[in-house]
Amino acid sequence: MSKIHVTTTVNGEPAEFLCEPQESMLDVLRDTLKLTGSKEGCGSGDCGACSITLDGRLVCSCLMLGVEAEGHSIGTIEGVARGDELHPIQRKFLEHAALQCGFCTPGLIVAVKALLEKNPNPTETEARFWIAGNLCRCTGYDKILRAIMDAAAELRGEVAA
Amino acid sequence: MPRLSYAAPTSVPDAIKLLAGAAGLAKVMSGGTDLLVQLRSGRTSPELIVDTKKIPGIVGIRETESGFVIGAATSGAEIGEHAGLCAAYPGIVEATNLIGSTQVQGRASLAGNLCNASPAADSVPAVIASRGVAIVVGPNGQRSVPVEQIVTAPGRTSLAKGEFILEFHLPKPKAHQSDAYLRFIPRTEMDIAVVGCGVSVTLDDNGVCIDARVVLGAVAPTQVVVEAGAKALIGSKLDEAALAALDAAARAACNPINDKRGTIDFRVKVAGVMARRTAAIAFERAGAR
Repeated sequence: MSKIHVTTTVNGEPAEFLCEPQESMLDVLRDTLKLTGSKEGCGSGDCGACSITLDGRLVCSCLMLGVEAEGHSIGTIEGVARGDELHPIQRKFLEHAALQCGFCTPGLIVAVKALLEKNPNPTETEARFWIAGNLCRCTGYDKILRAIMDAAAELRGEVAA
Repeated sequence: MPRLSYAAPTSVPDAIKLLAGAAGLAKVMSGGTDLLVQLRSGRTSPELIVDTKKIPGIVGIRETESGFVIGAATSGAEIGEHAGLCAAYPGIVEATNLIGSTQVQGRASLAGNLCNASPAADSVPAVIASRGVAIVVGPNGQRSVPVEQIVTAPGRTSLAKGEFILEFHLPKPKAHQSDAYLRFIPRTEMDIAVVGCGVSVTLDDNGVCIDARVVLGAVAPTQVVVEAGAKALIGSKLDEAALAALDAAARAACNPINDKRGTIDFRVKVAGVMARRTAAIAFERAGAR
């Protein structure tokens, strides 16, 4: 059986690709579309390193088939910055040193962006529960939480950028 | 081994035809959060995946004259965002929203949680407690099945070849009716129930329980409807005698396994505690309605 042709939108741009039925969206992103920002940690939906948005909804790309992208809109870490200008969430992750090895960072940034679009003023507890599916084994999460809360405040216009 | 094919039919008859016509194993896909893990690990090797999400009505929630219709493939995130359902069935919503992470919530569905047929499925005891009915479609037409009759054993359901769940029906809640779900896990998020408990109660105007359903998960091969637990609650205002009888009934209904998450003794004891606490929340919510 031949590969399946899929027409979709990735980071606002039309995209098409060919994939096998069993290929995950993560494999398509990394191996076919060469968007390697999304990482494979566990491949079973536990670690969140492959987080993307599907029609604006946060999902694990390892738990989605590539063929399911047909007619939908995908958002990845590569679509978060505007050209060379970092998104405020990315900038706050750097300012707060909210990463060490960096493997979980793309997934966390995508997850936090989805959180702040849904809830611009989360409590720290809400932020912690939201990212419970994004595992970081380096930072202990403290700096990540500071970066999230600071980015949220900046995006609400509460502090000078 | 035959190669895998994928189909995303846009109608119920097309989906049935595909599922019934498959020579080998055909798997129904909703959110895919269990199916993709099983595909990858080799635990299942289907010849065909039928993605149901393009079937009209299978994703989404409708409020009708007689209650709620929840599309089988509706995600947990959508369930949690539906104000009407959150008000009417807070127990079902909280149970569904306990499944996995935010990312998993973006995809995981009631039909998937039910048909994966894990004894520890969080949404299932809650849906059974509130007398949820699954609308099953297949080659022989459509049938309404109480949700407690779907799972027959771990990993097994009563659905025949070619059948799948189209939607779930929940009755319109009565006055002073509400529900709750609690589970015990050793941490605060991202874990599988050691014991889960769903309780639905209806009170009269004086706060006396006139109807109840108590359902346990993760303490037997399938979810357990604890009839004696419901009897313990009916006629009471949830005094200590009723709670003690409920606790004993819940413990007596357990037939658990020993595993890394909990021993038999632990699960039995915790089932009683969970039943008490869940009933208290359901009573409080029902009284406030």
